[in-house]
This record gives sequence, structure tokens and C-alpha cells, in this order.
Amino acid sequence: MKQMTYLEAGREGLAEMMREDTSVWALGEDLGRGGVFGQYHGLQSEFGKDRIADTPISESCILGSAVGAAMMGTRPVVEMRFSDFALCAVDELVNQAAKARYMFGGQTRVPMVVREPSGLWRSSAAQHSQSLEAWYAHIPGLVVVMPSTPADNKTLLMESIRCDDPVVYLEHKSLWDFEGPVDDGAEILPIGKARVARLGKDVTIVSWSAMFHTSMEAAEGLAAKGVDAEVIDLRTLWPWDKKTVFESVCKTGHLIVVHEAVQVGGFGAEIAASVTENVFSDLKSAPLRIAAPRIPISYAPTMEDEVRITAEQIIEKTLNRVGK
Amino acid sequence: MDLCSYIMMPTKNFDQRRYAQFFKQMCRIRAFERAAIKAKNEGLVLGAIHPSIGQEAAAVGVCENLNKDDILLSTHRGHGHTLSKGADPSAMMLELLGKEGGNCAGKGGSMHIADFGVGMLGANGVVGANINIAVGAAHAIKLKGENKIVVCIFGDGAINRGPFLEGLNWAKVYNLPILFICEDNGYSATTHTKETTAGDGPVVRAQSLGIKAETFDGNDIITVDQAAQDYIARVKKSGPHLLHFLTYRLEGHTSTDPAAYRPDGEADEKWSNDPIARCRNLLIEDGVSAEQLDKFDDEATVEMTRVYEIARDASFPPALDAYKDVQDIGNPQTEAF
Repeated sequence: MKQMTYLEAGREGLAEMMREDTSVWALGEDLGRGGVFGQYHGLQSEFGKDRIADTPISESCILGSAVGAAMMGTRPVVEMRFSDFALCAVDELVNQAAKARYMFGGQTRVPMVVREPSGLWRSSAAQHSQSLEAWYAHIPGLVVVMPSTPADNKTLLMESIRCDDPVVYLEHKSLWDFEGPVDDGAEILPIGKARVARLGKDVTIVSWSAMFHTSMEAAEGLAAKGVDAEVIDLRTLWPWDKKTVFESVCKTGHLIVVHEAVQVGGFGAEIAASVTENVFSDLKSAPLRIAAPRIPISYAPTMEDEVRITAEQIIEKTLNRVGK
Repeated sequence: MDLCSYIMMPTKNFDQRRYAQFFKQMCRIRAFERAAIKAKNEGLVLGAIHPSIGQEAAAVGVCENLNKDDILLSTHRGHGHTLSKGADPSAMMLELLGKEGGNCAGKGGSMHIADFGVGMLGANGVVGANINIAVGAAHAIKLKGENKIVVCIFGDGAINRGPFLEGLNWAKVYNLPILFICEDNGYSATTHTKETTAGDGPVVRAQSLGIKAETFDGNDIITVDQAAQDYIARVKKSGPHLLHFLTYRLEGHTSTDPAAYRPDGEADEKWSNDPIARCRNLLIEDGVSAEQLDKFDDEATVEMTRVYEIARDASFPPALDAYKDVQDIGNPQTEAF
């Protein structure tokens, strides 16, 4: 077992895959100097400039060329720098990568990973802070992965690279320095499987990415108030682990979904609706979403905090919902 | 760009056998598209088709110079390119009719026609989107150290999309084995490209990135053939190049577009520059009999009539095939909702 940061774990996962499979390569802006956050630090000296490729600031070509390279049998890992910048390549992701296998009738596969650092991070304002995972979950053909721990950032990245379909891989920028155990012998959960991180009997809290940690913090606060919360880290948004969520809700009778993205049209709505449609009779209260207001993200901390979900909010709203 | 300023290749050492073969291929493309338009008019082709009637020389003159394992990417107007690369016309017509046995299993139709088995990596429904994908295919070839090239065909409208700049810059930066071909039919959908394009077009834009590029008469089969040979050799030696072929779309943007926006008489005048008729004249001048050429044309019509009948009589795919080939993880057979 090793202790490492979320950032280091992702780097190690990529390096291990590149050693294992010579068809794996990474491309993006500034990768030779380690990438904008240091996720690629040292990799160009080990793997060379062809396999850790510095690209022009050409988002649509970074993503689009990866589609062509994937169709030709390589496994590109695409670095988009900030998830917000990936919007310059929406056609390449949505119309091309996600659709090529299907619209060509299964003649080809697009085994690529699109890494998109996501979420709130140090007063970065409206174009460097967004959480857009619900958009990707909406697109047939894409797998959507959002790791929350260092162990997951290694194993889920490796599984995403092994996947024969395009994976949108959303790492949270606030977690880069988050430390945790890696390679500790714990069961490696595949893509599509949620993790029940805290067992509880009174309420189910479903979350992912950075909000998973906030939810865990809230669960401790709730315990002090006599509410035993079960916390599920969803890990992947598509496919999402309905079975684990339904089973938990059937046990607790209450569902709270917490996410950093805008609440309107967010993935929490999908989870709440699915739970309502499938296990309605087991619910003791209406499912509750705790998510951001539909406003752009501000620069000033006072206004930025308006979109930030805190453990205190989760505790308060959960207590109200479960009637304690 | 002055339409008269293009370069004509001198006609010397005329290879009758070679151009008779090219003539046959052009007749096959024309016959395929005539059959497809008939099927469209009869309600058998359900979606839009974009015929390349009048543009066959660029398709044939380029693709006849490629190896089977060379890679080709095309546009929404891609029937001619796909046939020229060696695709089975029956599978193509089945696809146009959305039938079982189509190249894309009935999921793509005309705008997504593809045959990966012959290195044809797809037409594309989004103008210019194939440029970035083609550049990536060439990047993979370079990474793997393979000895083949990518040919990426797009229209004059595509040069005003971002991927033209991003893709050409990328190809030059990494010195990739790719030949860009701008098939310039003068129209961006239904608007004259000149009205919406600043500067002198694809050649000077490519040259500004250090990519060698020239304009040629894309309706003269000999010119296209010789330019393709020359440029394919250059790509193999020194990376990306661009060919600009002047041609003309003799029919509408789609088969149901009457193209009333064109000046009176323009299309009639351009029919005198039909690449198939020009090739026919060259062959007759070289001593091939009109009967022989008519026979080639008739054979193409017979072949494509048969292809039409096969497609017409075939079945649609089962509805539940809609759930196949979406993705492996989260298989929609069980996870679509």
C-alpha cells in the first residue's frame, strides 16, 4: 500500500498503462512541462515526445484527431486542460467520438479517454469552474467517470483507457492534493459500480467527485444529531449503479442527492426520478436534490460561495427531510 | 480566385487503357447516383442524398492512385469517393435505403457511408469535421511507423470552418502523411462560396502554413490523375500537401434541390465541361470507338440497376438492432433507460 495524492495516482495510472500497452499515448497542451496542474510531470522524459505529445491550442483538433487516431487502433488519452475548454470540441466529442461506432454500424471503435479537469477551484470564475457532467451523461455512446479518491483516480483511469468506447473522465481540480491509500489490496470496483462508503440506516446520500467528501463530512455531523446516513460514491454517471442506489433507498426510505453542478437539469434529477419511478413505495419522503443554483460562477469569494454546497447545508436540509 | 487561372496538365503519353478504366469508374459512379436519385424519387431512399454528378473525375483520379490500405475520409457528398476506394455498391445502396446488409447496418445512410474494410473511414454529416479526424488517422500512422497515407477530401465550404486551420496546422507541425483535397464546386450548400470567403481560398491559406498547394482543373481526368500521382509521392516524401480541384456540382445541393439560386444558363454551360464527357472525347480522339464507350456506360447502368433492385427488395433491419453498437459498458440492451 502507498499513500499518494489524487494527482499522483492519476499520473501513476497513466504511466502504468503506457508501460503495459504501447498503443496508449497522451496528447494535449503543455504536457511536456507536466500539464497545467502537473498531472503529466516527468512522463515525457520516460515516454518521449511522440507518446506524451505537446499540441497546439487547438481543442477541436486535439479531440478530433484523437477520434481518428483511436479509429486507427491507438488508445489516445486526451487532456482538455479545463472541462470548460472542451466545449470548443463539442462536435468532435458528441457528433464524432460518441457516434462513430454506431453510425458506421459497428465497423469501428473509438477507444479514447477525454480527461477534463472539472469543478470549483480558487476563484476561477465562470469559464474555469463548471461541472458539466450531466451533459455528457445525456449523450448516447459516452461513458462518464468522476473519481473522488486517489485509489479510484488510478484504477478508474486505467479501466477507462482499457475501455473500447470513448470515456469522458472528469477529475475534480480541488482534489489534486487530496491524499489517500492506493494499491492497498481493496477490491477494485469496475466502471459502472458505485461504492457504499459509509453504511447507515436512516437516509441515503448519493454523491460523486468532490461533493462525495463533503457528503461524508455531513454524515459525521448527522451522526452527532442521531441520524445514521448511508453515503454512496457513484463513481460513474454513465452507466450509473441503479441497483446499489435502489437497494440503499429501500433500506433507508430517504434519498438525498448532492452535486456541485447546477440543480436544474442536473444528474440528480435523473437519480431522483429513477428512484421515484422504481422504488416509490419504499420512500418515506420525496427525494431531495442539493445542488447549485442556476447562475454562472463568480470570482469574488462571497458570490462564488453562493454556488458552493457545504456540509452544513447538507446536514440542515437532510435533518428537515427526514423529520429530525 | 480567377476560375481561368488553374493549371492544365499537358496531354502526353496518353495511356488509353488506364483512362478507359477511369472512364468506366466514372460511369459507375454516375450510374450509382442516378439509381440512388431514382430510388429517392420513389420514396425508397428515406433521407437526403447529396449527388456528386459532375465531380466524378476528382474521386476517380485520386482514388485510383491509392492502395487498399491507404486511408480515405470523405464528405456528405461521398458516394463517388467511397465507390472509387473499392466499396461494394450493393452494400452502399442497401445503406442508402436503410436496409439490412448496408455498410453501416442501416444506421448511417448516405451521409455516413463508410467501408472500413477498404480504408474508407467515413463520410461525415458535419462539414469540415473529417479534417481533424483525418489528421488523427495520419498521426496514428506516423506513431505506428506504417507506410501508408491518408487522403482527406472536403469541399470549398469547409475551408471556412475552424478544423481547416486547426487540422492543417497540426498536420504541418507533426509532418503527417496526409493529402488534403479541396473539391471546389463553387457552392457552400446553396450560396456561392465567393460571397462568403475572404481572400483567395484554400491554396493561399495552406501556403501560409508552409503546406505546398496548387489549383488544378478537377474535371480533366488526366490532370487529376497526374496531380494525384505527383502529390501522393510528395506526401510520402515530405508530409502534408493540399490539392485544390476546380469542379462543378451539376445538380442541386441535395437530389431534391432544384438549385434555382444559380444564374440562368450556368448549369447548362457547365454541362459542356462534364468530366465524363471530356474523358469520353479524349478516348475517342485516341481511337476508342463510341460503341465501346457506350458499352462501358451501359454495363455501369446494368450493374447499378441490379444494385438498386437488390436494395429495393431487401428487408429493413429488426427494430431492436437500434440498441446494438452504442457502447459496451452500460450496454443499452439493458441500460437504455
